[in-house]
Amino acid sequence: MVCESWKAKLDTYLDAEVPEEEMHSFDAHVRSCPSCSVDALARVQMRRAIQDAGRRFTPSAEFRKRIQQKIAPKPQRSFGLRWTLAAAAAIILVAGTLTSAYLGTRSRDQLFSEIADLHVATLASSSPVDVISTDRHTVKPWFQGKIPFAFNLPELQNTEFSLLGGRMTYLDQTPGAHLIYDVRKHHISVFVFQERSLPAKLDENSLSPKQLPFNLETWSQGGLRYFVISDASAADIDSLTKLFKAAS
Amino acid sequence: MPHFERLYNFACWLTHDRQEAEDLVQETYAKALKGFSSFKSGTNFRAWIYKILRNAFLTSRTGLKATATVPLDLEDEEGALPAIEETPESILLQRSDGQLVQQALEQLPVAYREILLLCEVEEMSYQEISAALAIPMGTVMSRLSRARKALRGGLQQQFVRGTN
Ligand SMILES: [Zn+2]
Repeated sequence: MVCESWKAKLDTYLDAEVPEEEMHSFDAHVRSCPSCSVDALARVQMRRAIQDAGRRFTPSAEFRKRIQQKIAPKPQRSFGLRWTLAAAAAIILVAGTLTSAYLGTRSRDQLFSEIADLHVATLASSSPVDVISTDRHTVKPWFQGKIPFAFNLPELQNTEFSLLGGRMTYLDQTPGAHLIYDVRKHHISVFVFQERSLPAKLDENSLSPKQLPFNLETWSQGGLRYFVISDASAADIDSLTKLFKAAS
Repeated sequence: MPHFERLYNFACWLTHDRQEAEDLVQETYAKALKGFSSFKSGTNFRAWIYKILRNAFLTSRTGLKATATVPLDLEDEEGALPAIEETPESILLQRSDGQLVQQALEQLPVAYREILLLCEVEEMSYQEISAALAIPMGTVMSRLSRARKALRGGLQQQFVRGTN
């Protein structure tokens, strides 16, 4: 039977793992073939049943707390242990320049750690951006009404950078913008928040601590606080930082 | 803590024991923290952390026992599943409530159970599954197909038992 060959791949098709060029002919066949469409529907039902049955165990609040304390003693720093230690070292290094820096309820290394977590968690998620566009004129208005401030995105023509898109983000309760750029196959996150609503005060200067899993620059401009973070080279991060500074 | 609830759910399905699952998740985070520098940003973080959890499970007592009775690589054993007269999925599902699907999942060999969970429950791509289980893409596809057959087989048996 003709359908045999379709049916053999039906699960792969429903997993959306059929090569793109086959996807259209598959769609067309399943739509027009009663036998395959019934079969596909049944498999989708089976999948739902497995999902329902499979999402079954929830960790207790007690266990969650225990893990948090073990892994992230006191304030949450989840994956940021190295980060925190290194940031602490960096703070000592630049302590001379920090005399005017006021550390609020939350210290800045915690803040950096959370920025790093946001960066990693977003890249790891299956849909990192909510607005997919390489065009800053699409991305900028997308944020309007979603975050309580406006900011400018740099022109990227004749640069190595490309914009992938953006998403809303939260640092604690503070809403902000998260932009993702590409440079030489590395992803760069740019975070923008209102300076006054951040949980910790940071010094004016940009700072890129060494010995960290990521490179990071941060600065304040026009009441907004920017963070640029990535495993890309410090030079690339610096270039993107300059582009942002020039655009604002 | 990224993926905390999902990892815990997955650990429960692997171990069949909440206490062991908790230990496993704890071990996973500790290892992830220690090995964070080996994680390449831009590669798949989720697959990476699931892989840590699964490796921890495989070297645990329960994991060793589970894989000793049923080997992980069930590939190339085409005849391993009994040929059964097939009842359409729709009928199977109508007759089997959620609990039966759970039982059928529980009774699957660990290699089938884990790949079904990653694919259907975690909705991982084949590429992610390949990374999490450290098996080639071709094996992902063949194992997944066998796992689905095995699950249907399990439901079918319950179905037959239920109608008798
Ligand atoms: Zn057909």
